[in-house]
Amino acid sequence: METARKNGKSDDILLEVKGLKKHFPIQSGFLRRVTGYVKAVDGIDFYIKKGETLGLVGESGCGKSTTGRTILRLLDPTAGEIVFDDPNIGKVDLAKLKRSQLKQVRPNMQIIFQDPFSSLNPRLTVGQIVGEPLAIQGVASGQALKDRVAELLQEVGIRPENMTRYPHAFSGGQRQRIGIARALALNPKLIVCDEPVSALDVSIQAQVLNLLEDLQSKYDLTYLFVAHDLSVVEHISDRVAVMYVGYIVEMADTDSLYYHPKHPYTEALLAAIPKPDPRRRTRPVKLPGDVPSPANPPSGCYFHPRCRYAKDICKAERPPLRDIGNEHWVACHFAEELQLQGVTRLSEIPVIELPRRQAPAPAPTAATPA
Amino acid sequence: MATAAGELPRAARGKKQEDVGQIPQWKLMVRRFRQSKLSVAALFVLGVMYLFMILGDFIAPYQHDVLDSNNPFAPPTQIVWGPDGPGIYGLKQELDQEKFQWVYTIDTSTIYPIRFFVQGYEYRFLGFVPSKLHLFGVEAPPDVNARIFLWGADKEGRDLFSRVLKGSQVSLTLGFFGVFLFVIIGSIVGTASGYFGGVLDNLIQRIIELIRSFPDLPLYMALAAALPLNVSITVRYFLITVVIAVIGWTGLAREVRGKVLAFRGADYTAAAIAAGAGHWHVITHHLIPNAMSHIVVVAMLAIPGSIGLETALSFLGLGILPPAVSWGILLRDAQTVQAVVTYPWLLIPVILLIITVLSFNLLGDGVRDAVDPYA
Repeated sequence: METARKNGKSDDILLEVKGLKKHFPIQSGFLRRVTGYVKAVDGIDFYIKKGETLGLVGESGCGKSTTGRTILRLLDPTAGEIVFDDPNIGKVDLAKLKRSQLKQVRPNMQIIFQDPFSSLNPRLTVGQIVGEPLAIQGVASGQALKDRVAELLQEVGIRPENMTRYPHAFSGGQRQRIGIARALALNPKLIVCDEPVSALDVSIQAQVLNLLEDLQSKYDLTYLFVAHDLSVVEHISDRVAVMYVGYIVEMADTDSLYYHPKHPYTEALLAAIPKPDPRRRTRPVKLPGDVPSPANPPSGCYFHPRCRYAKDICKAERPPLRDIGNEHWVACHFAEELQLQGVTRLSEIPVIELPRRQAPAPAPTAATPA
Repeated sequence: MATAAGELPRAARGKKQEDVGQIPQWKLMVRRFRQSKLSVAALFVLGVMYLFMILGDFIAPYQHDVLDSNNPFAPPTQIVWGPDGPGIYGLKQELDQEKFQWVYTIDTSTIYPIRFFVQGYEYRFLGFVPSKLHLFGVEAPPDVNARIFLWGADKEGRDLFSRVLKGSQVSLTLGFFGVFLFVIIGSIVGTASGYFGGVLDNLIQRIIELIRSFPDLPLYMALAAALPLNVSITVRYFLITVVIAVIGWTGLAREVRGKVLAFRGADYTAAAIAAGAGHWHVITHHLIPNAMSHIVVVAMLAIPGSIGLETALSFLGLGILPPAVSWGILLRDAQTVQAVVTYPWLLIPVILLIITVLSFNLLGDGVRDAVDPYA
């Protein structure tokens, strides 16, 4: 985007999405005439720098996953540009490529799915699943393929002996690891993580997140991390983009977004993070009403019917996503004026003395190894 | 002792569970199928029937189309134990002047022995090897009327047992090939319809609706009536297979389309596309293998219907035509109440048909349960 380009950081940008739209037609009646569109993604702009993790958060149905899949051209975009900096070809607009041309770029962008059960074909062995991208691209075959698959499985913590087993013999966490191995197979630059830990147990979530972080540093990967769990996103992301009804409302680096949100919707989301300590219960910022339907969004700013700071202009005019300094992008007319509440820093939380009935609790640092 | 006995089956069960992830899915299916005793029994019954069909000419003592004026409507022959092992008595034929029926009396003076592995009429074993060897036959002088009719004879004096064996070669296979053909058509059309969608899907679905909107029996009759009559048995056999397939594929195509629609949207398909897979790869690696179990079940359950349909067409004179035999042709002799009351052995093909259809249904049920081994 303009600022990024002005700052001369254009080379650092791996993926730049401009005005991306994905509308699904609504057909009705006997003749299946198109009577409207579900605007799942309605003109979003963002960029991902090389080696970073961009978290994409929002409520269910706000278009996060559609964005991820449209970037990979698993869905064809309605409008907009998806400029990807391919290491071999250079910058290409994926939105304009044909299927046959896409095949060259595909190895550099892969995806990890949310559901570890539907993402692995039950009819194929683990070896066949992980080796499939290699076979499709004709990278390796025979013994070389086997060796590479064994290496990949080892990389994600699955014993290579399990290559001949079928997916149903594995637990959810293991299946997710197999999915990660498959995404790694072609040495991609960008991996779209489509809620990779949402379906997992909390303890397994941490393992998989750590694995993703290790792989990122080892292979210099760039992640687009789609999620709805804000704590997970905070843990893994360098920058975070917040989506609301097919539109990005705020995008900034993780710290400033979490501690100094500039959009009322972000404030409401952050307030909804559950706090594990019952003594620190807060009253969440109440959002009246429901998420509007992407088939029939409200006028002006999509958030105005639920926003407690809304003024007349919000009903009439849709605020553009603009940089208010330090690459903090907000789509709100009053971004500069509002004083919004973010999350509390860990260091700001007063330490409460425990009652002396029992032995002192273990040091908190031991509980969460990095 | 008690603990050891208690632990043993648990250990065995644990062992069975352990290799579940390692063996291919079809082995799991076989394992599951075996648990259904009734289906295994049905498979056994069908196996025996198909064995008899393959060895038909060897087992049949007489040719299916040779007329014998000495034995019209001869009843099933009584087998007795003679000095040389099993044997039969000769028959004396008289005409009942009042009822105008042939009446047979057993001539108990001589026992003609049944011999095994005897020389008889010439045939080609398995369709290739010329042979005269037959499983059994009766040793009798040519001027004595002593022929063995295990299941009686029909109105022309032809051995029903030999005719049933010969007829099974049509009845047990034609339905099979008909289903085979429509499974291929249905799978291809259904996959295309579900995978490519859009205009093609719309077109195919409307054609299917059109075909299905015709009433079945008149359509079959019209199609069968349109078949040329002056063609060889083989060509007619093939044409009837096509008639069965032409209508049968529609249901399967719909079901395959539904399955393919579901698998097309699965994440593993998306992963393959993200890796650059083309249509062909997606269809052959992800859609067909997953839809296959469903296709097999539909096919298994369609076979009995298809066999029944061939029988019905032949019975109505629209399928296989005499002198070729099928069970439907044999049933034409049992059309009248008089025939059924007087010569009940003419109903034996019905019993066989019922056993076949029932066995295929039980087998189909077992297969249906087995293809989803995780359920």
